[in-house]
Amino acid sequence: MATSVKNPAPQDEASRNLKAIREMVAACMQCGTCTASCPNYPSMDLAPRRLWRLAVMGLTEDIFASRTFLLCSNCYACTLRCPRGLPLTEAMAALKRMAAARETKWGGRKTQFYRTFLDNVRRWGRVQETDMMMRYFLDMKDPLLPLRYTPLGFRLLRKGKIGPPHSAQSGRLAGLFEKVKEMEARP
Amino acid sequence: MKYAYYPGCSLSETAKEFDVSTRKALARLGVELAEIPDWTCCGASAAEAVSELLSLALPGRNLALAGRELPGLDVLAPCSACYLNLLRVEKKTERDPDARRRIDEALSVQNLALPGTMRVRHLLDALVNDVGLPAIAEKVVSPLEGLKAAPYYGCQILRPYAEFDDPERPRTMALVLEALGAEPLDWRLSATCCGASLMASKKEAALPLVGNILRAARDAGADVVATVCPLCQMNLEAYQSEADPKGPVPLTVAYLPQLMGLAFGMDPEEVMFGKNMAVAPGFLAGAPALA
Repeated sequence: MATSVKNPAPQDEASRNLKAIREMVAACMQCGTCTASCPNYPSMDLAPRRLWRLAVMGLTEDIFASRTFLLCSNCYACTLRCPRGLPLTEAMAALKRMAAARETKWGGRKTQFYRTFLDNVRRWGRVQETDMMMRYFLDMKDPLLPLRYTPLGFRLLRKGKIGPPHSAQSGRLAGLFEKVKEMEARP
Repeated sequence: MKYAYYPGCSLSETAKEFDVSTRKALARLGVELAEIPDWTCCGASAAEAVSELLSLALPGRNLALAGRELPGLDVLAPCSACYLNLLRVEKKTERDPDARRRIDEALSVQNLALPGTMRVRHLLDALVNDVGLPAIAEKVVSPLEGLKAAPYYGCQILRPYAEFDDPERPRTMALVLEALGAEPLDWRLSATCCGASLMASKKEAALPLVGNILRAARDAGADVVATVCPLCQMNLEAYQSEADPKGPVPLTVAYLPQLMGLAFGMDPEEVMFGKNMAVAPGFLAGAPALA
């Protein structure tokens, strides 16, 4: 049966994905260079070094109880410095994908920003930042969140940096998104 | 000298000044930019967090369009995330024929296919290695004398693919700033992350990073932080009062090609300084039109 965004990753796919991540970090020697290189480590509940240990041990639920991988900002400092040459930033992205698939199926908003962003790309062809942030605020269902960005919104508006969406490429990517979904649903 | 130009979404909306100043500075250097017709989003850093194949097919579509409409030209992308996403397709397909096959299959719904060879370039790479520093210096009519400039490279133009500079201690932007007559600063956070999109999704994590960068630039004596990425620029200019509340005045943050425009004798409005959100009082006082 084909999986879809509404009916995503079955459990065997989750374990297959974690297996791929385990292979990516299997040679980890727990030196901690990743943790020491990570600019976002102070905000993480679990050091990257420990996250990779959990991945090697296959402790999926412990990994997804943590928000460490969601704090990866793709700076590639750990990837650059890892003495084993492991693709750590790619492994972080793979964890984000697993989390996004789980949340699409069971709910949750930790990966909402990425999903809202990509949905904006699917709709408009080119990201419409104003529309994207508005929808993100709606999707997060947190009435206080927009307030944290309101002063910035007004400044951007005054500078003429934001406005209504441009629709020239609207729908241009719908077919590509569908095709990718179909390809990814193959066993 | 001619490139297939991929401006990307930010440069069409919140970072219009990066687009305009890049086009004007490069035109002054005799570089021709042919915008890729009908380009679409590269997926930014969001696509790979949702779908690996989309994270390759989205930039792949633009490379396919460039190959078909502007064959033989290197693709120039000023934005860091766009550059990395496009470059990743070039790199991955070089050593993984299966990746190329999957991207091509996805693109087949639009009757597109990746070109046989692709070459993705960043603005700094083009400036230093194609245009060359002497050609840049030659166009300078009002040198940025005495301007202490902190080059800020961000992350994704340097890592994971170190194509044109040192990924830990980059220097290409310092060389360009020097050619403009400015005094580039050697400071410790020039290639340290600004938090990128965490500013939208985890603001409390990103603010301290921005605060550290702003303070380090000030401590080094910077008059201006020079950027080459719309997200770095936005994070460093728009959140100063939150990230560095004790900072005395706005620390000017400007795109490198905006500074090039000033050095080339352009009016600040020509390179859209009116769009910048952090310009210290007096920063533009010596600029040509205001002098």
